[in-house]
Amino acid sequence: MAINCTVNKKKVSLDIDPNTPLLWALRDHLSLLGTKYGCGIAQCGACTVWVNGEPMRSCVLPISAVSNAQITTIEGLDPAGKHPVQVAWDELDVPQCGYCQAGQIMTAAGLLKNNPHPTDQEIVDGMAGNICRCGTYHRIQEAVKLASKKIKK
Amino acid sequence: MKTSRRDFIQKASLFTGVFTLGFDWFSADASAMEVVASAGRFNAFLSIDSLGKVILYSPNPEIGQGIKTAFPVVVAEELDVDWAQVQVEQANLDTKQFERQLTGGSGALKHSWDRLRKAGATVRKMMMQAAADQWKVDVTKTKTSKGFVLGPAGQKASYGSLAEAASKLPVPSEVTYKDRKDYKIIGTRVKGVDNKNVVTGKPLFGIDIRKPGMVFAQIVRPPFGATLKSFSAEDVKKMPGIIDVVSFKNKVAIVGENTYAILQARASLTCDYGSDAPLESNDTHAKWFDEGMKSDKAQVMRKDGDFSAAMAKAVKVVEATYECPFISHSPMEPMNFFADVKADSVLLAGPTQVPQPAQKAVSDLLKIPVDKIQVELSKMGGGFGRRLSNDFVLEAAELSSIIKKPVLVMWTREDDMAGGTYRPAARYHFKAGLDASGEIIAFYLRGVGINAGNSTRQDNFPVGAIENVLIESFDQKSAVSTGPWRAPITNFLGFAEQAFLDEVAEVAGKDPIQMRLALLEKVKTKPVGKITYEPARFEEVIKQAAEKAQWKKKPGVHQGFSVYYSHLSYVAQIAEVKVENGKPKVTKVTAVTDCGEVVNLSGAENQVKGAIIDGMGHALFAKLNFQAGVASPQNFNAYRMIRGNEVPVIEAHFVNNGIAPTGLGEPALPPTGGSIANAIYAATKKRHYKQPFS
Repeated sequence: MAINCTVNKKKVSLDIDPNTPLLWALRDHLSLLGTKYGCGIAQCGACTVWVNGEPMRSCVLPISAVSNAQITTIEGLDPAGKHPVQVAWDELDVPQCGYCQAGQIMTAAGLLKNNPHPTDQEIVDGMAGNICRCGTYHRIQEAVKLASKKIKK
Repeated sequence: MKTSRRDFIQKASLFTGVFTLGFDWFSADASAMEVVASAGRFNAFLSIDSLGKVILYSPNPEIGQGIKTAFPVVVAEELDVDWAQVQVEQANLDTKQFERQLTGGSGALKHSWDRLRKAGATVRKMMMQAAADQWKVDVTKTKTSKGFVLGPAGQKASYGSLAEAASKLPVPSEVTYKDRKDYKIIGTRVKGVDNKNVVTGKPLFGIDIRKPGMVFAQIVRPPFGATLKSFSAEDVKKMPGIIDVVSFKNKVAIVGENTYAILQARASLTCDYGSDAPLESNDTHAKWFDEGMKSDKAQVMRKDGDFSAAMAKAVKVVEATYECPFISHSPMEPMNFFADVKADSVLLAGPTQVPQPAQKAVSDLLKIPVDKIQVELSKMGGGFGRRLSNDFVLEAAELSSIIKKPVLVMWTREDDMAGGTYRPAARYHFKAGLDASGEIIAFYLRGVGINAGNSTRQDNFPVGAIENVLIESFDQKSAVSTGPWRAPITNFLGFAEQAFLDEVAEVAGKDPIQMRLALLEKVKTKPVGKITYEPARFEEVIKQAAEKAQWKKKPGVHQGFSVYYSHLSYVAQIAEVKVENGKPKVTKVTAVTDCGEVVNLSGAENQVKGAIIDGMGHALFAKLNFQAGVASPQNFNAYRMIRGNEVPVIEAHFVNNGIAPTGLGEPALPPTGGSIANAIYAATKKRHYKQPFS
């Protein structure tokens, strides 16, 4: 039986193995390639998307668990790239290779949605679940802070 | 410098064809089609069309080192255009137009600095000449600013309006470059040209490649040293979404319609392996280290004076042994590659640091001439040296040739971590003999590596300052595949050397910085043998680091020093450690780098900070174990990567002395293990001799 859900405000119907992780449904079946595979075991955060507004690891989340859910991927955060987190990421020139950054941005935007003005320590803790192999951690933390300031305006 | 044919297309080929501008395929009406411009490709690196659009082509593969931004910055500077006016495009492999189209050895800017400047300055000169001809003035009376030529009587013409006339002029053989004090872009903070695409999730990477008719595949590889005896394919082939299961070179490839179908099929596949020789384990490697240290077959890499005779006269002797394990590169984007092999042509696409060798290797494998093999370059989700090996390209090409389909071969994280070309494991033994005044009179190093080639760097400082030196290397062959890992060999040797010098300074009763400065003074006044580094540049980074970090002037802060020369750049580091709850915590690293001219300050800071975090993370945590030829751990749950809540404050300073730029992707890594270990020692009196530290 097909799984129905909403991805980036579009209704989709997935008639595939219900155990398929959301990550592979997005990438292989919906051609949404912005969400990245990094580890497949919820360790690195590269695959982070929002499910009903909450950041989740899509690599371990079967689509059977997202029936009727609202899913937001990096492509849906703000396609024009105007979300404060996206703007801050560009302004502070965060990316090196860029591969992990979709997951970082979805985590950061999720963090700020729940807590628009986090303390420095809350930023560090909130972002600690996402690995960046290039080591852009300082700029990630600075960009979350900058995005928080932009939200205040 | 000479103008290379490859850098400059003959002018006959300029202004060929037209392309449309400002045309939105989804909304435009027919009138938009009228906005056409002649496209003038002046040379390999740039084109300017008649509407003034400047396209800069960046030939080298982008791996996160920022080359796709840094190269065009140099061209744009000498062309004298506004950076906002520039569009950057990744050039695919084109051996006719570009030289050294690779990513490795931190050598891109060093190699291309003059080529890039010339590409820009030449076209700037042609624009000035075209304007001078038009205005009938002496070309020396013209100047340029932000993409315009300015004349003596207030004339002003855009590069776009001059492009066609300029393209018909002879290419000048002599050009002058800007004085660096006039730089407007070089040395500033230039944001990555791909940032907007990254933050909006555009498909930029190898795993994002999608081509018509493409299928997916994963490959099950044997343990190192093992051969495939048999495998169970029949049931797997019947599984939903599975297209084929084929075997080649001891590997089993599962070809399917989507990733999850293949992952399911893999779980049902059983492979039976055998081997002629015993498969390797940690014990095998430990035994090899012991044997290599005793072997009389070590190769002498450098000999100055008479080490043994000098050692016999030493008043004090310092000895230490350092050891590092195999480690994985673990870029966030696991290996993958696309190949479409047809009867007489091949399309390769994906993340490789070395597209030309990839093309050649596939040509050799499939007996298809290189000019029939097209290589498209994707952005790389990191590599750290892993993508210098083309094993994954060859696999994709071979599989495509067998199944006769375009295929994207995907490695899982486990495949990637278990799949080799690791940083080789190595053990180092150092000896230093000191005289009564604490001067080093004899210095010895033996490196024993496993598939490491020469595990030493025999000309490294303090060699050159010491009368009697013996450096030996012993390499043990292994079935475990190894390859370059960011700052090959020196990523660990740098730690060993700098930690050993710290120990020598302590025994000699000297300050580690003062001891190094005194050694460098000797290199200047009385050099011994071949010298590969410039002592004055070494001294400068050391002195600046000591000043910036307030060396030994911060009460309660334990500091460790290291300095390293690699990839033609110099980096001095001071790490700071505080003891919290009885445990040492690295709180800050101050780095001073001499990489010559800093082309992009934002990118440069990223490289230095990233390399320090990389060096620290791997020094603290990384290790692969071997059992029966299989590496473990195979994923990030047990193979620890450093995280954002574990990084110290990092200050990245640059000497920025205007010397032609040298390497920056790697040089800040080798000193990191040493500065941190030396700071930990200052805090705890415990020395680390092995990585990982924890």
